[in-house]
Amino acid sequence: MIRILGYGAVVAALTLAVYGLVAAAWGVRARQAALIRSARAAAYLNAALLVAANVLMVYALLPHDFSISYVAQVGSRATPAWVSIVSLWSSLEGSILFWGMVLALYTAGAMYFTRSSLGALGAYANAVMLGVGAFFYLLLAGPANPFRTVFPVPADGPGPNPLLQNHYLMAVHPPLLYLGYVGMTVPFGFAMGALLSGRLDDTWLRVTRRWTLTAWMFLSLAIMAGMWWSYEVLGWGGYWAWDPVENASFMPWLTATAFLHSVMVQERRAMLRVWNLSLIVSTFLLTVLGTFLTRSGVLSSVHAFGEGPIGLYFLVFIAVVLVFSLAMLAGRSTELKSTGSMDSMLSRESVFLLNNLLLTAFTFTVLLGTLYPLLAEALRGVKVSVGAPFFNKMTLPICAALLFLVGMGPMLPWRVADRQQLKRTFVAPATGLLLTLAGALVAGVRSPYGLLAFAFAGFALVSNLQEFAQATAARRRHAGLPVLPALLSLFRVNPRRFGGYTAHIGIIIAAIGIAASSEFRTEREATMKPGDTLEVGGYKLRFDDLQGYDEPHRFVVAANFSILSGARTTGKMNPRLNYYTARGGEPVTTPSVRSRATNDLYMTLLAFEQDGSTATVSVIVEPLVSWIWVGGMIVALGAILAIRPARARRVAETAAAPAAAVEVA
Amino acid sequence: MIAFLFVLFAAMPQAPAQSVPGPLPAAETSTPDAHVETQLERDTRQLASELRCPVCQGLSLQDSPSELSQEMRVIIREQLLAGRSVAEVKQYFVAKYGEWILLEPEPHGFNLTVYIAPVLLLLGGAAFLYFTARRWTRQQAASAAPPSD
Amino acid sequence: MNSRRVLIAIAISLPIIALLAFGLTRDPNEIPSPLPGTAAPDFLLVSMDGSGDTIRLSSQRGKVVVLNFWASWCLQCRDEHADLSMAANRYRGRGVEFFGVLYNDQAENGRRWITEQGGQSYRSLLDPGSRTAVDYGLYGVPETFIIDQQGRVVRKKIGPTTVAELASFIDPLLGDAPTQEQSE
Repeated sequence: MIRILGYGAVVAALTLAVYGLVAAAWGVRARQAALIRSARAAAYLNAALLVAANVLMVYALLPHDFSISYVAQVGSRATPAWVSIVSLWSSLEGSILFWGMVLALYTAGAMYFTRSSLGALGAYANAVMLGVGAFFYLLLAGPANPFRTVFPVPADGPGPNPLLQNHYLMAVHPPLLYLGYVGMTVPFGFAMGALLSGRLDDTWLRVTRRWTLTAWMFLSLAIMAGMWWSYEVLGWGGYWAWDPVENASFMPWLTATAFLHSVMVQERRAMLRVWNLSLIVSTFLLTVLGTFLTRSGVLSSVHAFGEGPIGLYFLVFIAVVLVFSLAMLAGRSTELKSTGSMDSMLSRESVFLLNNLLLTAFTFTVLLGTLYPLLAEALRGVKVSVGAPFFNKMTLPICAALLFLVGMGPMLPWRVADRQQLKRTFVAPATGLLLTLAGALVAGVRSPYGLLAFAFAGFALVSNLQEFAQATAARRRHAGLPVLPALLSLFRVNPRRFGGYTAHIGIIIAAIGIAASSEFRTEREATMKPGDTLEVGGYKLRFDDLQGYDEPHRFVVAANFSILSGARTTGKMNPRLNYYTARGGEPVTTPSVRSRATNDLYMTLLAFEQDGSTATVSVIVEPLVSWIWVGGMIVALGAILAIRPARARRVAETAAAPAAAVEVA
Repeated sequence: MIAFLFVLFAAMPQAPAQSVPGPLPAAETSTPDAHVETQLERDTRQLASELRCPVCQGLSLQDSPSELSQEMRVIIREQLLAGRSVAEVKQYFVAKYGEWILLEPEPHGFNLTVYIAPVLLLLGGAAFLYFTARRWTRQQAASAAPPSD
Repeated sequence: MNSRRVLIAIAISLPIIALLAFGLTRDPNEIPSPLPGTAAPDFLLVSMDGSGDTIRLSSQRGKVVVLNFWASWCLQCRDEHADLSMAANRYRGRGVEFFGVLYNDQAENGRRWITEQGGQSYRSLLDPGSRTAVDYGLYGVPETFIIDQQGRVVRKKIGPTTVAELASFIDPLLGDAPTQEQSE
């Protein structure tokens, strides 16, 4: 029953999506408002259908209904309920089902909020989004059907990949990623709507600003959760390995970040119209490319899903989207040509242009590095690898420059900077730069990038905080508010600007975390006997004993350690090796992590003697790792603040002159 | 905030990036006190971080906790200890595993593309931006007196 | 619409699509080994059976050697185990020597596994520290190497093998006189 209903919902969604696509496009051509309305209704219905299909799948997963292929593939009677729910997105078919739901909800939401105003632009946007949806529903109806019948019905299933089920972050990371990835379809849809309808002014930007920010916020959180998961689970004490999957989530984030900045130039100065459209098209293309790379088995990766015919479908889809969107852009490029004008090279506009250049170069470097193994194989016939040493070498200079710009941007006003004014604004950030640089030198940082990272972080932090301080002071003077209400009122008066600065501060804090944890990483490996102690990075550790025990799905070997402070035990660490006997393969390393604001203690069990006489462990002490997670959350907070609909934004706009006064006060 | 950062720096360990690569020989147990990295260890760590772990996904031998990576780090160390140069040890692994094992493509021939293209894009883009922006500012200056903001 | 620019845009997309299409035809997990065609790395390894016997590869010159890396924790090794034993029996006395090499495993586990699997018709060797495994550029288990009478690696097989496949590797090396002992 569930099978028939679920599959029925998917097929109905596919039919409706195709209908809506045709009806919307035809409706515009034939000037049939009823058709356009019916296409919008199709978008709403699709959302309901996909939600139903997902709910049905969860209803099959929870009681372990192994007659349904997807449940038989990822379910297991031994898994707890939360793992059963999470396994909705732990494998290919389920993840596409979930993806389809997120897409349908975004489409319906975007259509609902723009229902009254947009005419042809909105209809075309609906058609494009439904077209993207049709592709995913086609996958669900055909090659990635999760509702297939299984006969004979198995008694039990293997459960999801252990690497994915052994940490709660796996419940968080994929939905965030899909919310981010899929959300980029909305600005893409409206951008294409603008191109198709020929309404090339700022309408599509205004409509999609909040949607783009929402998707960007989810993508930022997803990237951070992915890093966190990698850190907590993979056992190497790092959080970013430049794996194709990581790159796939990072590239659209870079282009979307570029877009969030350059869009302001278009709003203020009516420039960069082609560029902004290109950025949003690239962002969408990169999300599709990333999905293709990781779903089709083209590149090997930590969490690549299985291979199958789905690769070919994606290839055709990418080809269609790529050709269609590039052709549309190129075709309209002459109409879009804007007369650029700038008052001064020393202005916020030029910082944004530079920021866009750097982010584009960053994206290109990551893209080229990710695809280079394919390119080398195609042209040289040799398999090569492109990994961390390459990406670090190539992108660290860009990262440093971007961090510097995070500090420069807020200080420079639009149009033209007054040099005297600028000098005064510069004093505090420059002092911050010198102080952190000196601090880093004293602390023993010698690598050029480490020094640059700390110096620029200090610079940017002071620069952004100074904006808050000055604006708060101005609010206090003008509105007579106490400090905290004055500070909070900034987010009401100009949510976008101060949300942006909040995101900057999050980025800076994360950058400090990344720089400190890589510069001051202390690492030891030792083979120890019970009772031995080891000192690493200020921690004294005693190896107590080795313990082996059975758990339902695995055999666990744990090395128990005590953290000693004098004679007292202040904590326990138990790095483990998990043997998934039913699945075979090498043991899964499960690190033990103790996070503090100042540093993390990270232990991995590498090897042991079976009689328990020795254990070989790796001990890593990394400062400020948790700052990365905190920074990521502040970035998201900044985005949320900036998303907030601004009743006050109108106020800020109409009162442009006083607002400008606040800006430079 | 800055003062806070300053305090943090002071709290950090003085010797940066201190690391002991490769498991110690099984007979030897933990060495209790602070460890000064020797040239051998530095070379081992450097080389291990340039080579790809065969049984993981994209991690280096240095980063991978897998058993094979640990053993391969020991092999690097042994070969260096036996007097082979870093380049020779690297060549040994390439001969066994192919170019695939290098985490960074060797910068010659066609591989140069991956190094040069991003730099060209950046420089080309910078030049383009500079000249465009200069044209724009001149147009602006010519067309009207800038509105005061 | 500017049709010339549209054509340029399409021309730009085509190589990207071609590259991705090419990628679909490749398996990223199959990395060609540089070993075939080169001299097989020599080894001196102790037998797993506890007898203390040692085997040196170079002393097998003149015979075809089938070298199979395996482990008791490896599931795919179970699939090929019977085939390997059968093939070893079939080629016994025909100038073909089979050796197993235990990879990242304890001798005790290996012996227990062989008992569970109903015996192994050839000898397995121990490779402490995986030195031989690395010499052979091992990615994982099972992997099987075919070494010819001159001590050169002829084939590398990643993943479980079968009797038929082994025969297709070995028979050409035995030439016209498959039953006769060949010498250098």
